[in-house]
Amino acid sequence: MFNALTPNAAAFLGGIFVILLIASGIVFALKRAHPNNDYTELTSRVNSWWVMAGVFAAAMALSPTLSLIFLGLVSFLALKEYLSLIPTRRADRRVLFWAYLTIPAQFYWVASGWYGMFIIFIPVYLFMFLPMRMVLIGDTAGFLRAAGSLHWGLMLTVFNLSHMAFLLVLPKEINPAGGGAGLVLFLMFLTQFNDVAQYVWGKTLGKHKIIPKVSPKKTWEGFLGGILTTTLAAWALAPYLTPLVGWEAPLAGLLIGLAGFVGDVNISALKRDLGIKDSGSLIPGHGGILDRVDSLTFTAPLFFHFLYYLHY
Amino acid sequence: MAQFLRLAFFALIARPIALIVLGLNLRHRERLPLNGPAIIAANHNSHLDTLVLLSLFPLRLLPKLRPVAAADYFTVNPLLAWFSLNVIGILPIKREAKGGADPLKPCEMALERGEILVLFPEGSRGEPEVMGRFKRGIAVLAARRPQVPVTPIFLHGLGKALPKDDPILVPFFCDVFVGEAMHGDTEQTVFMTELTARMQALAGELPQPKEL
Repeated sequence: MFNALTPNAAAFLGGIFVILLIASGIVFALKRAHPNNDYTELTSRVNSWWVMAGVFAAAMALSPTLSLIFLGLVSFLALKEYLSLIPTRRADRRVLFWAYLTIPAQFYWVASGWYGMFIIFIPVYLFMFLPMRMVLIGDTAGFLRAAGSLHWGLMLTVFNLSHMAFLLVLPKEINPAGGGAGLVLFLMFLTQFNDVAQYVWGKTLGKHKIIPKVSPKKTWEGFLGGILTTTLAAWALAPYLTPLVGWEAPLAGLLIGLAGFVGDVNISALKRDLGIKDSGSLIPGHGGILDRVDSLTFTAPLFFHFLYYLHY
Repeated sequence: MAQFLRLAFFALIARPIALIVLGLNLRHRERLPLNGPAIIAANHNSHLDTLVLLSLFPLRLLPKLRPVAAADYFTVNPLLAWFSLNVIGILPIKREAKGGADPLKPCEMALERGEILVLFPEGSRGEPEVMGRFKRGIAVLAARRPQVPVTPIFLHGLGKALPKDDPILVPFFCDVFVGEAMHGDTEQTVFMTELTARMQALAGELPQPKEL
């Protein structure tokens, strides 16, 4: 089953590892140049990137089914982290159990290419089913908060993230250059690249705070610099990985840059509300899984529908 | 055969449950004892506690790990008794000692064999996510073997994942905080106060979410 990747997608996947090699080289050079500085955080951050990219690349290269399972596992970890962070009612244990079961169901709709079910299952059916299950248990104290916060988390970690998986099953003939994997790589790479670009621009030029109440370190310079870099990168990469043509490519980059920022501060606001710093400790140097996929929860559905409207 | 079953159970079932279905936020791993004899003292909220604690150690130490459990609970039903003794590897002790029999004797003998005892000083699982009062048995045992390290471990979230009165496991990330080892070379009351204080300090490492 080594047929999942087009030559372009395979080459791009290789390119990601070249970038990681360069990153590790820079960290190594920094350590030698400033032996007295502490680079533990940066080192573990880059090492974690290697692990994440390695697992992701292996799943993508081996088979489409494995890619779907990998993305389902990401949703599971994200939902589990979310449910571990928020206050949940003991009475809702059965409801939470059902919420976890939506993950195999949702990814099954994806695997079978059933778009209609994929797009309404969580927003419509689960929206009604979970509160019904809560009502049958009968505990009304905190009902609205419990029903609302559970559905909010399901939308974010399962529904939104599963759009990335649906890219894999879109008709191949429309995107012969990149295939389904090319679309996922394009979205995944640009989203993470945008995070790094906003961080680097902010670190080097950042002066004017953009949203101090939610995320005090974020600046206008980082935001605009990141978006510009991502737009240019999308423009350059789109012909090799996606069916986007002409103005569509930079617009996709602009969309990913903007949505990535909003997705990021959305999770920041959640953490600030809960009074915690990191969403977890799963990924050394990064925090929890929600800290890593925060931008993706917004870029995945928006990029998907942008692309779907224009070409599918 | 039983050893093989035990290894298979922990490698293929207990560890995947602890590490993938649940997911552990383990702090201070370096404080775990590297070999026996040793005593692990943890708070108790769920049947998962034992599986999680045993999954913290490398598989090569598995033959030495002995969760101490009440004989009257685990060895009444023959099937449960077989599973507890051979697969989980419990060390059964009699809570209500009759005729002056020493309930801690099996524990002492296990420590003599260089085993690692896993103890729940609360005695039972109690209310979910509420730490009950620690019973003194552990202080007595520690005083009889003052050279054996007693490592407190604070568990959080397992009572949410699989509480006492519900058979359905709901996945949650769980916290496992390892405390610094102590020894039974002090007076028993002092030992108990110190052990409780260390558990409270570990519990204090939890992020304190503010009230909504």
